[in-house]
Amino acid sequence: MVAFRNAETRPILGRGPSPGLRLFFFALLSLGLMWLDQRQGYLEGLRHALSLVSYPFQVLVDSPSAAWDWLEESFATRERLSRENADLRQRLRESDLKLMRFEDLEQQNLRLREMRAATARISERVVVGEIMRVDLDPYRHRVIINKGTRDGAYKGQPLLDATGVFGQITRAGAFSSEAILITDAEHAIPIQVNRNGLRSLALGTGSPDRLSLPFLPTNADIKEGDLLVSSGLGGVFPAGYPVATVTKVDKMAAQTLANVVAKPAATLDRDRELLLVWPNEPKADEELPAAPAASTEAKP
Amino acid sequence: MSREDLNRLPMYLSVLLGLTLSILPLPHWLDVTRPDVLAIVVLYWAIMVPRAGGITLAFVCGLALDAFKGVVLGQHALALSLATYVAIKLHLRIRIFPIWHQALTVFWLLALYEFVLFWIDGATGHPITNYSRWLPAFTGAALWPVFAGLLGNAYQRT
Repeated sequence: MVAFRNAETRPILGRGPSPGLRLFFFALLSLGLMWLDQRQGYLEGLRHALSLVSYPFQVLVDSPSAAWDWLEESFATRERLSRENADLRQRLRESDLKLMRFEDLEQQNLRLREMRAATARISERVVVGEIMRVDLDPYRHRVIINKGTRDGAYKGQPLLDATGVFGQITRAGAFSSEAILITDAEHAIPIQVNRNGLRSLALGTGSPDRLSLPFLPTNADIKEGDLLVSSGLGGVFPAGYPVATVTKVDKMAAQTLANVVAKPAATLDRDRELLLVWPNEPKADEELPAAPAASTEAKP
Repeated sequence: MSREDLNRLPMYLSVLLGLTLSILPLPHWLDVTRPDVLAIVVLYWAIMVPRAGGITLAFVCGLALDAFKGVVLGQHALALSLATYVAIKLHLRIRIFPIWHQALTVFWLLALYEFVLFWIDGATGHPITNYSRWLPAFTGAALWPVFAGLLGNAYQRT
């Protein structure tokens, strides 16, 4: 046998525990790990350590596309840059215009809230994170992002992209974190119809362009084209960010619940960059006038 | 103990490569059919050099897969340990099979591996019931001659 170089010194039997015993031991260990991980959540420390081990692999796998992005960035042609610049300028102008009205409205809102002695809503601290190009399970909508506890990320932290709610962090490692998208079949987000304040839950379906709202009665006031925003209930997602637009409302007279389908506002399958949000912390450089709640610490 | 006379470097290198390949970003249709590269590598070494890595290696690799894929810890570890145990039990027979017969045997080993994963997915409350989840067992078996050829080169240096 080629495998055993010195046949004399390598007897076939009697080298450590038998395969059966080993299997028994490791199977027991696996089951124990699964039980601890699933039912008890005791293994956060072990997870943390393992994420440190997997981080170099993630960087390695991500590096070719990251290098390509960098190259493309460095050798971008002049006209492309100027075109992009003009485009951005245009968008900035439009945003500025909107913001003018927004600031007025915000002040008004603040005054009204003060009248009701409610807590003022403050603008949140955000950090830009990047999705690492690493494949996880093809049947689950999970991604790895390049921000971890070192950058202040935490489990349950909401993630946004430029157009809407993206997902939340499920596991924060030191340098990278795992996040679940709002379209994952195991995810639910509390939402509110922007038009009339109707509240419900939007569940992920496992398909990247569909959310489903299964808990609305057939007589609920919801129709195609309605914008769904996060309601802030549940305490994970900050209120008022666009989540999805209703694309289909199926109201069967015979059923008590309507079948409502919505399309996520965030471009979930094309994003490379996203925003990590700290919902209860004000931006470091912002001091809102007449808002006592805004004096909390800016850094975690 | 004559563990020193066994050069384990090719095995470790191939395992690291397998781990990298299992999270390499691919377009969706390839991602769905991606063979369980790491499982195939571990099974190969279990069949050819059962004493080098064996079930311990399978367990460690499975745990690494669990950590990488962010699933419940122990899922891939248990599945790969079981499949490797069967492979070790049959290794003397599998070695002398012609290559297509080996591929068929590996198919059943991979199917066992996939079934345990499927079962634990269900038990932990997130079942994936698509038929396409069984594809990796088929592609893995179909690619077995390729993997066996490539790993055979590494094996010569063991």
